[in-house]
Amino acid sequence: MNNSITQYFRKEMFPHIWCPGCGIGIILGSMLRAIQSTGWEKDEVVMVSGIGCSSRITGYVDFNTMNTTHGRALPFATGIKMANPALKVITVMGDGDCAAIGGNHFIHSARRNIDITAIIINNMIYGMTGGQYSPLTPTGKLGSTAPYGNIDQSFDIAALAASAGASYVARGNVFDVNQITHFIKKALLKKGFSVVEIIADCPISFGRINQLRTPVQMLEWIKSITVAKRVWEGLPEEEKAGKIPTGEFLDIDIPEYTEKYQETCNRIQQGRREK
Amino acid sequence: MDKNRSVRILQGNEACVEGALLAGVRFFAGYPITPASEIAEGMAVRLPELGGVFMQMEDEIASMAAVIGASLAGSKSMTASSGPGICLKQENIGFAAITEVPCVVVNAQRGGPSTGLPTKPSQGDVMQARWGTHGDHPMIALAPSDVNEVLHMTIKAINFSEKYRTPVMLLLDEVISHMREKVNIPTREEIELIDRKKPAVEKDNFLPYKADEDLVPPMANFGSGYRYHVTGLIHNEKGYPTSNNKEIDQLIRRLTNKVELNKKDIIIEEEFLLDDAKVAIIAYGSVARAAQRTIKLAREKGIKTGLLKLITLWPFGDETINRLAGQVDLIIVPEMNLGQMSREVERAVGGKCRVVSYSRVDGELINPLEILTRIMEESKL
Repeated sequence: MNNSITQYFRKEMFPHIWCPGCGIGIILGSMLRAIQSTGWEKDEVVMVSGIGCSSRITGYVDFNTMNTTHGRALPFATGIKMANPALKVITVMGDGDCAAIGGNHFIHSARRNIDITAIIINNMIYGMTGGQYSPLTPTGKLGSTAPYGNIDQSFDIAALAASAGASYVARGNVFDVNQITHFIKKALLKKGFSVVEIIADCPISFGRINQLRTPVQMLEWIKSITVAKRVWEGLPEEEKAGKIPTGEFLDIDIPEYTEKYQETCNRIQQGRREK
Repeated sequence: MDKNRSVRILQGNEACVEGALLAGVRFFAGYPITPASEIAEGMAVRLPELGGVFMQMEDEIASMAAVIGASLAGSKSMTASSGPGICLKQENIGFAAITEVPCVVVNAQRGGPSTGLPTKPSQGDVMQARWGTHGDHPMIALAPSDVNEVLHMTIKAINFSEKYRTPVMLLLDEVISHMREKVNIPTREEIELIDRKKPAVEKDNFLPYKADEDLVPPMANFGSGYRYHVTGLIHNEKGYPTSNNKEIDQLIRRLTNKVELNKKDIIIEEEFLLDDAKVAIIAYGSVARAAQRTIKLAREKGIKTGLLKLITLWPFGDETINRLAGQVDLIIVPEMNLGQMSREVERAVGGKCRVVSYSRVDGELINPLEILTRIMEESKL
C-alpha cells in the first residue's frame, strides 16, 4: 500500500498553475493527509470546486472531481450528495468564491446541515483575476480595486457558518499545518455540514500591493494576525481589532439533511402501504 | 379516483410532472415562480413517494447546479421555472452544455422582459432558449401545444437529454401550463425510455470526453468507479483543461454538431392540410392551436391554407420550411413575441416566398380570427 499522498495526484496534470510561495499547495497537502487518514476509497470521494486559484485543486487529484461555476460548488455538491448520499462530498472554495458570489449558497448549505465538508482557502483577495479586494480583505488593506484602502468590513466566515446551522466549524492558518490537517479530518468525519476556513498567503496578488512581498513575509504576517481562540477570548477589546481567532468554534451533533430526507421518504412510503 | 387510471383531466404543469416521472426523473430542484410552481409542487408530493429527491433550493442558480450534480451522480434530473428564473439558470445551462451532463429545464413562459407579466402567456423566450447562455453551444428545445403533448414531449425531452448528453429546454407558456385537458397517460411499457450510454472500456482506458461515432461520449456516473474530471473550462478528451487550438476547435464543433447532425432524429413537426396549400401558417405552442382553427376558417373562405406546427424549435427545421416555401405563395408566422421565429423562418425560406409575421405581445393568446384576418389582408381578399 502506497502511504504517500502522491497516490492521490493526477501526475499528468503537473506542473500546477499556482505561483511560487502560494499557500494552496500546503493546504492541498493537509487535505490529502486528512482524506488518507479516513481510509476512504478514491472511488467514493467527490471533490467539487468553484472558480479561482483554489478551484484548480480538483483538476490535480484522483477522485471524482468537478470544477464548476463561480460560487456554485455547494449547490452542485448538494445535488450529488442528495442523489447518492453514500458518496463523501468535499467542496473547496476561495474566499471570494465562497463568501461573495457564493455567499447565499454557503449560508443555505449550513442551514440545511447537509453532510458536505466545505474547505475555504481564505487568502483575502481575488488572486486569479489579479488582486481585487474580496469580502475577506481586511479593512484598510489594498487591492487593485481598492487602491486607496479597503473601506468594507470583512466577513467572519466561521461565525457566519456557525450561526447559519453548521455542525462543525474551525479556522486555521496555513502556518500551522498539523492543526489544519486535524481540523479537516474532524470535518470530513462529521455527519453534517462542516466548515474549515484556512487563512492562506497570496504573495503575488495580496502581498506585493500590501508590502508583504515575499512568501516568508506573508506567512509571518499571517502568524502575527492569527491568535488561538482561547487566547483571543481573553484579550481586551482594543487588542482584538485586526486579529483573527483560530481554533474550533463549533462541534455539535444535530440532525443531518440526507438522513432527514430519507426518514421523510420512509414515513411517506410507510403511510402509503398502510392506507 | 384510481391514480393509475389512464385517462385523466390534467393541467399542463401536472402533465409535465406525470411525463417526467414516467420518463424516470428522480431528482427535481426548483425555486417558486409563476406560472411554473405547480411542477415543483407536484414533484414535492410525488418524488418522496418514489424514493426520488425533491429539493427547493435557495435560488434558481442553485436549482440548476443541483440538477446537474444529481445527474452526474446518476439521477435523471429536471428543473422548472419561468423567464426571470431562466435568466438566472443560464450560467449553469452553459455548464451542462460544455460538460455534457443530461438535464431538462422547463420554461413556463410568461411576458417579459424582467418581472413582466407573471400570469399571462408569452413566447418571448424562444431566442433566449437558443442563445441564452454565452458562447457557441448546442440546444434542443421542444414546444408542445396541448396538455397531452406536454406529457409526451416531457418524456421526449428527458430521452433527448440522455441520448445526446445535453440540456434540453421544454418551452411551455402560461396557457399550456394552466389549461386543463384530457390526457391519456401511457403505461411504462408503452413508452420508449432512453438512458445515457455507459462506458464499455476498462476503467484505466476511460477517456471521459472521447465521443463515439454519433459524437456523444459514453457517460460514467460519479461513484461508479470511473474517476474523472468535469470542468466548465474547455477540455480535451481526458477531461482536462486545454488551450490547444486543435482541441478547442474539436470540442466546440463536436458539441454543436452532435445536435445539428442528428436533426433527423430530433426534429418533431406536424403538417395539417398542406398538400394543396398556397398559404402556410407556421406556428408552435399554444398559438398552433389557434392556427389549426384558422386553416379551417380560411378554407371555408376558399383560401387553400395549411399549417406546419413546429414542436422542435431548436435545432431549427430549415429543410421542411425551405421545401414548403417552394410550394406556397405566403407563409404567415403568428407568435406571442415580436417575430423571433419569423426571422428564423425567413432565413430558412431564403426568399422563395413571402413571409409575414403576426405578433401579439399584450399578454393575450392569439385567436384564430386574427390570423384569418391577416391572411385575408395579405392575400388581398
